[in-house]
Amino acid sequence: MMQDDKVIVCEKLTKRFGDFIATNEITFNVHKGEIFGFLGANGAGKTTAMRMLCGLSSPSSGKATIAGYDVYTQTELIKKNIGYMSQKFSLYENLTVRENIEFFGGIYGLSDERIKSKTDELLRVLGLKSEANKLVASLPLGWKQKLSFSVAVLHDPQIVFLDEPTGGVDPVTRRQFWDLIYEAADRGITVFVTTHYMDEAEYCNRISIMVDGRMEVLDTPTNLKHSFQARSMDEVFYQLARGAKRGD
Amino acid sequence: MRTLRFLLRKEFRQIFRDKSIVALIFFMPMVQLILMPLAADYEVRNINLSVVDHDKSPYSQKLISKIVASGYFRLTSYNGSFKEAFGLIESDEADLILEIPHDFERNLIREDHEKLFVAVNAINGTKASLGGSYLGSIIGDFNADIRMQLVTPPRFSQFPVIDVVASNWFNPVLNYKVFIVPGILAILVTMVGGFLTALNIVREKEIGTIEQINVTPIKKHIFILGKLIPFWVLANVVFTIGLLVARFVYGIVPEGSLLTLYAFISVYLLAVLGFGLLVSTFCDTQQQAMFIMFFFMMLFILLGGLFTSIDSMPDWAKMITRVNPVRYMIEVMRMVILKGSSFADVLPHLGIVAAMAAVLNGWAILNYKKTN
Repeated sequence: MMQDDKVIVCEKLTKRFGDFIATNEITFNVHKGEIFGFLGANGAGKTTAMRMLCGLSSPSSGKATIAGYDVYTQTELIKKNIGYMSQKFSLYENLTVRENIEFFGGIYGLSDERIKSKTDELLRVLGLKSEANKLVASLPLGWKQKLSFSVAVLHDPQIVFLDEPTGGVDPVTRRQFWDLIYEAADRGITVFVTTHYMDEAEYCNRISIMVDGRMEVLDTPTNLKHSFQARSMDEVFYQLARGAKRGD
Repeated sequence: MRTLRFLLRKEFRQIFRDKSIVALIFFMPMVQLILMPLAADYEVRNINLSVVDHDKSPYSQKLISKIVASGYFRLTSYNGSFKEAFGLIESDEADLILEIPHDFERNLIREDHEKLFVAVNAINGTKASLGGSYLGSIIGDFNADIRMQLVTPPRFSQFPVIDVVASNWFNPVLNYKVFIVPGILAILVTMVGGFLTALNIVREKEIGTIEQINVTPIKKHIFILGKLIPFWVLANVVFTIGLLVARFVYGIVPEGSLLTLYAFISVYLLAVLGFGLLVSTFCDTQQQAMFIMFFFMMLFILLGGLFTSIDSMPDWAKMITRVNPVRYMIEVMRMVILKGSSFADVLPHLGIVAAMAAVLNGWAILNYKKTN
């Protein structure tokens, strides 16, 4: 990969809450169109790191640029160029599927025609046509998550951040969800994803594993299994996370 | 501006989707406006009077029946001894004791003077002081009647008499409803607007949707406007319904112009909603927001001059009322509705409330952080 196609450049990025160091000097780059897996036990500092990269949280120290914009001074420009799907489902449950799509399309400045064509396309791809005018609250979780992802990439961002997008979702829907992710990556959208499912980790181009706020390893799944002499990502993760002091 | 359109559409959809809340927003203030003025009565009636009549003469009977006939008193007992009557005060069955001494009639006629003893149960302060003074004036009246009958008035009275005749401007028959309805309406509009705005943003924080908003490039002031405008419209509707209730239930027609009234309420609502927004930016849960709003609403209402006169408050309390938006609202409501004050008359109030609106909303925008 070329040097100048980095969309995320992160250098010694740190977040402290008082004495607690949630994210400790993490350094990495993510390339355009890459699917970057961000792994770690609960409490390892994944969500904090991701929130800093999205401009939702100010770093305590270190440097980072997202799509070429600085995380300290250009958070609003970053927000124009990214999509974000949080751990918690955060579309409006008391709006219909169509109204949610329209609202977020409007907020990102899409034209009325574009909102309309995007809505039709999205409903078709997700197979939600007959549910378009139902309240989001009435959808099953798997559909909600797929809708949530589609809304996050509605404005064709450069990067999409996904925080445990498939938590609590059945295997079939998870598979479908990853189809959506691949499709987005094919369109040139960089995908930054955290997960606890090691089979999902295998789908990523590269993965990093965080332990106690530090980024312990960063490589392709194949290389990681090789260097840890492990048969699966499960084993790699277990060897690393066993040493963790934080967590549940 | 285009973004604002989407925000408003979303907000109105959400508000009107929950039909029970919509009903509450419009129905509750109406019920309160219809019921509260009937109960929150300034006039003191049904004062329980216990009479200890040692004289039992025609004159003492006359006095008692004159008191009861006034309509303010209810004769609860007619005792032989003060001790018995005092027992009634202690058990809270009587508010006032009137003791008529022996030889009341004789002394009144022969000696031309007599003392009556009035004991007041001052636990309920308003009832006690008003009851005491009602009784005083009835007895004074009684006294004048007797003297008229007994004494042929000399051409010139021995004592100079100045009789004060009061006439009540702006509320000629001293109808307390005319006084209290505009005030209650002011408070209802304040409560509806303030609480709805404060709870709305905090609700978005609780369910996590605000995070999805914060990660979009939306401008802070646009977001705040998107929250402000829907509740501003709603509060104006509630206010209009309130004016209609005042008109058709209480027959209160504003003396001043409606335009002046709406001009003021428009700016005033910006201040109140701005306050709600500010509170919401400080809170993470609806409980916190609720408690903080209750705390301030209680202060605003008690120090707003609705139930108690601001003029009779201690100086430190008067200082607080100056930063209380509700106080200005109640004053303007009374000025325009009762006195028919013009736009120029309420201009100073409007200026203060406009300044409050600017400060509160500006502060809310500053304090609303998309990045923590």
